[in-house]
Amino acid sequence: MTSDIAAILAIDGIATGAVYALVAIGTVLIFTVTRVIFIPFGDIAAFTALTLAALDAKRFPGTGALVVILACLATLIEISSLLRNGELRLLPRALLFYLVIPLAVVGAAWLAMRADPPLAIRLVLALMLITPIAPLLDRIVFRPIADGTVLLLLTVSVALHFALVGLGLLFFGPEGVRTEPLTSLSTEFAGVLISGQTMLIVIAALVFSGLLYLFFDFTLVGKSLRATAVNRTGSRLMGIRPARAGTIAYLLGSLMAGVSGILIAPVNTVFYDSGFLIGLKAFVGAIVGGMTSYPGAAIGAVGVGILESFASFESSALKDVIVFSLLIPVLIWRSLASLHSEEEIEE
Amino acid sequence: MTRLHVQLAALAAVVCLALAPFVLSPFSITLMNYIGIYSLVAIGLALLTGVGGIVSFGQAAFVGVAAYATAWVSALNGYSPWLGLVFGVALTCSVAAILGIVTLRLQGHFLSLSTVAWGLAIGFLFGNVEGLGRFNGISSIPPISIGSFALVSSAQIYFLIWGIVAVILFLGYNLMDSRLGRAMRALRGGNTLVESLGINAFRIKLVTFVIAAFLASLSGWLYAHMSRFISPGPFDAGMGIEYLMMSMVGGAGSLLGGVVGAAIVTLLKNSVQDYLPLIAKGASGQLEIVAFSALFILFLQWARQGIVPFVARYLPKIQRERPRTAPPLPRRVQPTPGELLLKVDGAERRFGGLVAVNKVSFEVRSGEILAVIGPNGAGKSTMFNCLTGALRVNKGEIVFAGRPITRDAQSRIAKAGIARTFQHVKLRPRMSLLENVMLGTYARTGAGLLAGAFRLNQREEASARHEALMQLERVGLGDKPFELAGNLPLGNQRILEIARALAADPTLLVLDEPAAGLRRQEKLRLAELLRSLRADHLTILIVEHDMEFVMSLVDRIVVLDFGSKLCEGAPAAIRSDERVQEAYLGGVA
Repeated sequence: MTSDIAAILAIDGIATGAVYALVAIGTVLIFTVTRVIFIPFGDIAAFTALTLAALDAKRFPGTGALVVILACLATLIEISSLLRNGELRLLPRALLFYLVIPLAVVGAAWLAMRADPPLAIRLVLALMLITPIAPLLDRIVFRPIADGTVLLLLTVSVALHFALVGLGLLFFGPEGVRTEPLTSLSTEFAGVLISGQTMLIVIAALVFSGLLYLFFDFTLVGKSLRATAVNRTGSRLMGIRPARAGTIAYLLGSLMAGVSGILIAPVNTVFYDSGFLIGLKAFVGAIVGGMTSYPGAAIGAVGVGILESFASFESSALKDVIVFSLLIPVLIWRSLASLHSEEEIEE
Repeated sequence: MTRLHVQLAALAAVVCLALAPFVLSPFSITLMNYIGIYSLVAIGLALLTGVGGIVSFGQAAFVGVAAYATAWVSALNGYSPWLGLVFGVALTCSVAAILGIVTLRLQGHFLSLSTVAWGLAIGFLFGNVEGLGRFNGISSIPPISIGSFALVSSAQIYFLIWGIVAVILFLGYNLMDSRLGRAMRALRGGNTLVESLGINAFRIKLVTFVIAAFLASLSGWLYAHMSRFISPGPFDAGMGIEYLMMSMVGGAGSLLGGVVGAAIVTLLKNSVQDYLPLIAKGASGQLEIVAFSALFILFLQWARQGIVPFVARYLPKIQRERPRTAPPLPRRVQPTPGELLLKVDGAERRFGGLVAVNKVSFEVRSGEILAVIGPNGAGKSTMFNCLTGALRVNKGEIVFAGRPITRDAQSRIAKAGIARTFQHVKLRPRMSLLENVMLGTYARTGAGLLAGAFRLNQREEASARHEALMQLERVGLGDKPFELAGNLPLGNQRILEIARALAADPTLLVLDEPAAGLRRQEKLRLAELLRSLRADHLTILIVEHDMEFVMSLVDRIVVLDFGSKLCEGAPAAIRSDERVQEAYLGGVA
């Protein structure tokens, strides 16, 4: 391996890693606020890419139908839980959040589609269509077992991923997509050609992580999310609703995953089931950060990207074997570094 | 329902299974074969997840290792499938042992995540290794032959598969009811209790993990020689979660649940495949996994316990006989009263900058009750944890019965003869009183894995059962030995912990705030019990908050304040000591 190749591989790895980093940050966000290890973020990223590709091809993406179905399900579940608890006065709110807003988003996207919008608008539409999915899934799948153990939530999360893969095939079909590059610029740095897309990925990752940091440190909502992450019961006593914090976390997380999907679509061909590996690798990064640290997760994800890039140069067949085998030493290191209380364990 | 009824039911089930191939259609027999093969993995998972509390997503990888191993031996190299079995089992168990040694010290969800990691890594390996046919797999695997009789048709291999399942269930239930099985069942709920009983938790976890992998390897061997063709598909991550689903649906923690779960999931999957095309033409493949995952999620939301425990609630309880008199377990040589038993010399423990225990020294003499008291934050619990090995002292030395135990692990200290109870009661609520107390006899007994599985441990078991019953009677809980520990009120749970500690035949009994949360009557009963134990020449160290309880009971008191020893003496002297009054009441005017 010459230094040229190493430089190209490193740049490639950083770009892939930056995409993973966005998903990893979302994963950490969800874990700290809701204790759910949300494996399906990778699927959300892949679905965004597929949505954008459909919009580019002037087809209305399957995402619309998916959101409508999930919204109806979530509304039914919410209504039945309101009925059980005798809280019918909250019905209008529930209808607004779980039915009207998601349907309005889909409707708006459908109308906008007819006007043959430019790329920038299509990007926004893709993100708009994708963001309701995770919060709706949260309501349907995780809210009823919000008090379960981390392990139960993880098991459910893995099952949910498989459901989403099936839905992905149903709504998007088996064809892989590769979208137009967002920019065709390229630049040379120290003798190595860097494509504009690569730059864009890294910049976007930096900008979105920065925005998240500002959100957490300078807004009340951001602080309430942090409070929920630190102490659920305590923040509840301060008037913060964990369910609401969870919804916000899912919205933000899916936005990050959506952006990463848009960024990766021009670089790699994305299939309905590509999300699993994206999600898992992001997740490896998140574990490097101990599932709690955002910078740690980002650094870990970039590390995974670089590792994968070099591993696929050495042996493209075994790159995934290498990446996942390396997770074990990382886990051991993290497990030793974190203290566990035994009281958490279910008897 | 008596034991005989259970045995008759098992016999009836075996007869039905043996007759089934003569009645069922070939297709149904094939389905039954798959159920049997999956059952083996699910039984292993029930043991690992339900009993041991280790959630594994990677079991399919172990099935794959064995399947590929036997295919490599028999199809690619032309040896007998029986050699494939030996190689497959040996390889799978070695892989599991290595993975276990590396990962089983991980805690909680970290451990489960590691199973996702190696499950995926091994799964990817199958499709990418040159010699294993990559994604095309390995075909023309020979059938298993017994002598010159080849098990080719599904009705022929049926008997082998279900014979193995029946034997495994029999051995498994024997194991659950043995010394090692009880230790496995105690794993769930944390290591602290397990270690305090002289059980090496890591070793028990490793044994459980390898047993589960062994069952998966049997399944993989049968699978390879039944379907005669293997490819990476059936051993991927998706199948890993399906196995987990089987064991959870059946009832994690119930071995029979593994079989029931495998049957339900396989039949359900089959009918989903039959009916979905009628509802949605052309999309059935995708809908299948969606429907399946959705059902699993619903199941986890609404019926986490699983089917077998649910049904078992409606069956009449099994009547058990009270344990009969049996030869006693060997006892320790107790030190002569008045002899120096425990010596703490200059113990110091820091947490960062905080000195929780600061140069504390005291002695315990055989046959006395010594109390360590002090206001909140005095360092009592830290001192206690250092004594029992849950924490290490930074400086100083602890000598027990003439042997330094300063650096020993908890389980070694327990074996040396220090038995403890917990401030927050640690029992296994789903085990009976008798079984909870029998956990205490672990270090005094020695039956291993095979002795437990083949019931070669009966004499020792009878002695342990009898010992446990005697200790229950000694503390006054002897009337309902088969009641579940979780059904006792707190006061009796504390007493039960003492019975468990006594079953270890300790030389020193250490009690961590035994009176905390007890009502007055319960405290009186507890004091009564402790006095009777002293009359039997047992040495007792109590860490306690409740002055009244301590003053009327103990021989000597050590007072701690802000991590240091304030004073030491008889209760009356301590009561009148001004420094103690100041520490407790905040200064005397």
